[in-house]
Amino acid sequence: MEPSSPGIARHVKEALLWALLAFVLALPLIGVETFPAVTTLGLRPRFGAVAIVVAVVFVARLLLVGLTALRKRRIATLIEKPVRPLAGLASPRVARIVGLLFLAVAIVLPFLPLDNRRYLIDTATVLLIYVMLGWGLNVVVGLAGLLDLGYVAFYAVGAYCYALVAQAFGLGFWECLPLSGALAALFGVLLGFPVLRLRGDYLAIVTLGFGEIIRIILVNWASLTGGPNGISGIPRPSFFGLPLTPTGGFADFFGIAYSPDQRVIYLYFVILALALGTNLLVRRLRRLPIGRAWEALREDEIACRSLGINPTLVKLSAFGTGAMLGGFAGAFFATRASFISPESFTFSESASILAIVVLGGMGSQLGVVLAASFLVLLGELGREFAQYRMVVFGACMILIMIWRPQGLIAHREPSVRLKADAAQS
Amino acid sequence: MNYFLQQTINGLTLGSIYGLIAIGYTMVYGIVGMINFAHGDIYMVGSFIAVIGFTGLALLGVSSVPLALLIVLIGAVFFTSAYGWTVERVAYRPLRGAPRLAPLISAIGMSIFLQNYVQLAQGARQKPVPPLISGGITLVPSDSFPVTLSYIQLLIIGLTTVLMVGFSLLIARTALGRQQRACEQDRLMAALVGINVDRTISLTFVIGAALAAVAGLMVSLYYGVVDFFIGFLAGLKAFTAAVLGGIGSIPGAMLGGILIGLIESYYSAYFSIDYKDVAAFAILILVLIFRPSGLLGRPEIEKV
Repeated sequence: MEPSSPGIARHVKEALLWALLAFVLALPLIGVETFPAVTTLGLRPRFGAVAIVVAVVFVARLLLVGLTALRKRRIATLIEKPVRPLAGLASPRVARIVGLLFLAVAIVLPFLPLDNRRYLIDTATVLLIYVMLGWGLNVVVGLAGLLDLGYVAFYAVGAYCYALVAQAFGLGFWECLPLSGALAALFGVLLGFPVLRLRGDYLAIVTLGFGEIIRIILVNWASLTGGPNGISGIPRPSFFGLPLTPTGGFADFFGIAYSPDQRVIYLYFVILALALGTNLLVRRLRRLPIGRAWEALREDEIACRSLGINPTLVKLSAFGTGAMLGGFAGAFFATRASFISPESFTFSESASILAIVVLGGMGSQLGVVLAASFLVLLGELGREFAQYRMVVFGACMILIMIWRPQGLIAHREPSVRLKADAAQS
Repeated sequence: MNYFLQQTINGLTLGSIYGLIAIGYTMVYGIVGMINFAHGDIYMVGSFIAVIGFTGLALLGVSSVPLALLIVLIGAVFFTSAYGWTVERVAYRPLRGAPRLAPLISAIGMSIFLQNYVQLAQGARQKPVPPLISGGITLVPSDSFPVTLSYIQLLIIGLTTVLMVGFSLLIARTALGRQQRACEQDRLMAALVGINVDRTISLTFVIGAALAAVAGLMVSLYYGVVDFFIGFLAGLKAFTAAVLGGIGSIPGAMLGGILIGLIESYYSAYFSIDYKDVAAFAILILVLIFRPSGLLGRPEIEKV
């Protein structure tokens, strides 16, 4: 059953060529280390790193060939579907159970008697922000098939809207939340209107530019946004009008002892509720005609047009909905951190959110949770990992597109089935 | 008047660089029909290789400016072309024929990868370039505001002109150019008449990367610093240039690049330097609203 030896020789030769290519690529950028010297740069060689890269590429190429050959043989002999990792999670029933399990863990998490509870809740809050952003972006990328590379701009609009309105008019978080979402949606519609008539590629680059423009405006319009220094002292949310402060607030009203943890836990539940609301909204929207139009448009625009769907309006609604959800998340981000600056809204943030959606599987809610957990945990493991995080994510996006374009656990089942089909199953 | 003239020279310099990058975008779009988001980062890789090359030669004691330029030019073009080829081979070729969103996402992944890879390998700090060419020609002597054309600007505009002429000849006269134009019109038909489509597409990426490498080299000399993030904005503006000129059209990319350079230069001179990046973006939106096919492009008809 072993592949014949000339085949192996050919694969080794090909792997050697790839290793040579890796050597050429690595030589100038990895092989030479620059360091600041007196007048100009200093250079020092780093041949060890080049050797590692070359070796990794060689081995990876051989493994890849071996795996492909193995898989081909298995398909040929057993006539069986290739084993898909996490394929079970794609079935709706399993996904529902796992989702409920996640939810149960999320609800009891703040009450677990652990030593590093505070740290755990903080991390979980950050995770939930990413989950919510992922779910929001999923409407745009996963359901409607529009590539939005500047999602962080809507997040920023929501955050700054809350911060500015709250400080100027003394309004609370809950009053400002709809406002933030509405403003972000408005921005989305205004931006989408000229662009969505055109091919999808243009949308990608325009949103990329828009994200950068919003950041430039935030940095330069210092009289309104505080410039690079940002805005601080953003009010915290209240619990039905009761502030979570040491005196005269939540603790006094219920007659319990005040603890700073109360605010952290409260914030955690706020984002949990927001995220769940997002999830519910998206799931319901999917069942509505508009949601079905989104998915139909993703699959075939020309067919949709011939069925009388107006592509521009449908795309605009998806884009606006996604922007609104981003705005909500932004308002929460501002109130949690109590300080915002343009630094939180860079392109790499957009890229992270997009990576979450792509890795998790476009259109899959559970996949987004898993991918967001992966991203946040990788960042928490340590600085070295955080440095490699985006490199790994970029590479993963390419690999996923090549091997599993539908994402790790996505399922592209039709949302609607014919009656006869449903009766059979 | 002198001020205006000076801004025109600055704008032409900038526009030359945008034009060189824009050719890469427009060529790839013409043949493969996708936006190569990683192209801006290819340009950034080119400028890093140039910086390392110049620094290395300075340390080795190569003092002849033309020699140093030539060596670094060849080196940067060679290594950057290798990057361009690999990007196509790894991230785009396996996705040929996939749904349209897939290569776009793959391209974004490649862009993120390249940016962070260079940051990881070379550090996040700005890298200074040893000053190689200084001085210039005073075109209009004046006590208050002399108009000068620095030697670097002269080099950039001159080299760009030479490259563009050479490149136009390559497309119009050589066998490779004919193959490229054939693939652009109909890839299947081109394959049927015996053109190696994969090879032609690979070479398109290599040529685009080579032009971007020249742009990266010149930018590192012009500004004197590079960092891992320069590809992002430059790529955005070069893409705007390609759209303004009409995406898919090579003379359009050159024209668009020069227009964007001039507009940016005038805008930062007469309005506000803080918002100069906004100007290019506003043009992109306006072009997309009023003339999506650009100045020299043909309107795109989608066939079923």
